[in-house]
Amino acid sequence: MEKHYTESKVKGVSTGTTILAAIFDGGVVIGSDSRASIGGEYVSSKTINKVIQVHDQIFCCIAGSLADAQAVTKAAKSHLSFHSVQMESPPLVIAAASVLKELCYKNKEELQAGFITAGWDRKKGPQVYVVSLGGMLISQSVTIGGSGSTFIYGYVDAKYKPDMTREECQQFATNALALAMGRDNVSGGVVHLVVITEKGVEHVVVPGDKLPRFHDE
Amino acid sequence: MAATASMMPIFQQQISSKNDLVPNWTSEEVSTGTTIMAVEYDGGVVIGADSRTTTGAYIANRVTDKLTRIHDRIYCSRSGSAADTQAIAEVVSYQLGFHSIELDERPLVETAANLFRASCYRYREELMAGILVAGWDRRKGGQVYCVPIGGMLVRQPVAVGGSGSSYIYGYMDSNYKPGLDKNQCLELTASALALAMERDGSSGGVIRLASISEDGVERRVLLGDQLPRFSTH
Repeated sequence: MEKHYTESKVKGVSTGTTILAAIFDGGVVIGSDSRASIGGEYVSSKTINKVIQVHDQIFCCIAGSLADAQAVTKAAKSHLSFHSVQMESPPLVIAAASVLKELCYKNKEELQAGFITAGWDRKKGPQVYVVSLGGMLISQSVTIGGSGSTFIYGYVDAKYKPDMTREECQQFATNALALAMGRDNVSGGVVHLVVITEKGVEHVVVPGDKLPRFHDE
Repeated sequence: MAATASMMPIFQQQISSKNDLVPNWTSEEVSTGTTIMAVEYDGGVVIGADSRTTTGAYIANRVTDKLTRIHDRIYCSRSGSAADTQAIAEVVSYQLGFHSIELDERPLVETAANLFRASCYRYREELMAGILVAGWDRRKGGQVYCVPIGGMLVRQPVAVGGSGSSYIYGYMDSNYKPGLDKNQCLELTASALALAMERDGSSGGVIRLASISEDGVERRVLLGDQLPRFSTH
């Protein structure tokens, strides 16, 4: 009830958003809502996909200014594919995260974008990295981001367990995103999930009518 | 999770109140940046709060009692400016005590909530107070009323408030269902407060709980080692 929510200072279209990534036994789930808005007043897209593929088994989720995020991921994709050709092998997830981090840190004055990078590689298996607004890079087993994430810190802290099964983790991610979308007015739409394992990548879209509903809905 | 690690440039030596090197809590207002929660059950209510009062970055009181008695079966939990909420609670206690003597019976929770709302709305420009009013009366049983900043009044089966409340909306939405009994409500409140206290810098200390029913008020405190713990990741 206190004024904890600060006015969005992002100019233009912002992904006032909820993004999430979590490691399970054998892979990682990365997901987001699908709403893009201008100043929290007008929904400019109801079905935007914020889960962006930067390499075969590496995805990232964006939060902040949509324009900045798209520019950075475009640059990152090209760096990564060049890097992958040089190394003659698929890039490591940490390489992808580092590329994003370099771009965010070197251009911190101009940019307003944060990322969650998740993927699978042969060296360390499933991993999740967070690149925050100023360019900090850390590794976590579960992470949430975006304006809607404040409402689900308690839920994620209580419900996440390491070594869940794929189905449990998918359900956990869907529930967390649905709860955040229920409380944050700049998050909404459908839930986009991407499940990444050694075998490959699967996209899951949970439309509005299939979202979990809670006691007051 | 935007935690920006800021590096101090060596050549800039700015010792000002904006600089963390010089604490300025002596000039900051005392705030109960906090987490408070109240839940209705059949036959009563459970009300809970953390115990941290801050002046800026300094914790002025780490064992605060934010659950304030307004009447025998009516309590409120306070968030926002400590001075404002204490003053309002005193005024409402007085008004309600007087009203109850006139009536010659226990006052209604809705009456108490309306008295809070009247003060909070009339002086909305000057005050910073978010209050949960919870209690039991003969007419409607256990009730929880929410009077947030601005002076709105709404009854809810479960309500949270304070700076730490944002972090537990998701947990509350997914774990509350109608028809819980008293012990389930106590567990839900304790867990939710513990989760918020872990994430909110302005909330912490111990958990104070009270359950109010026709039979009376039962108060308990959960100290450090008794706080619900969740797997760390």
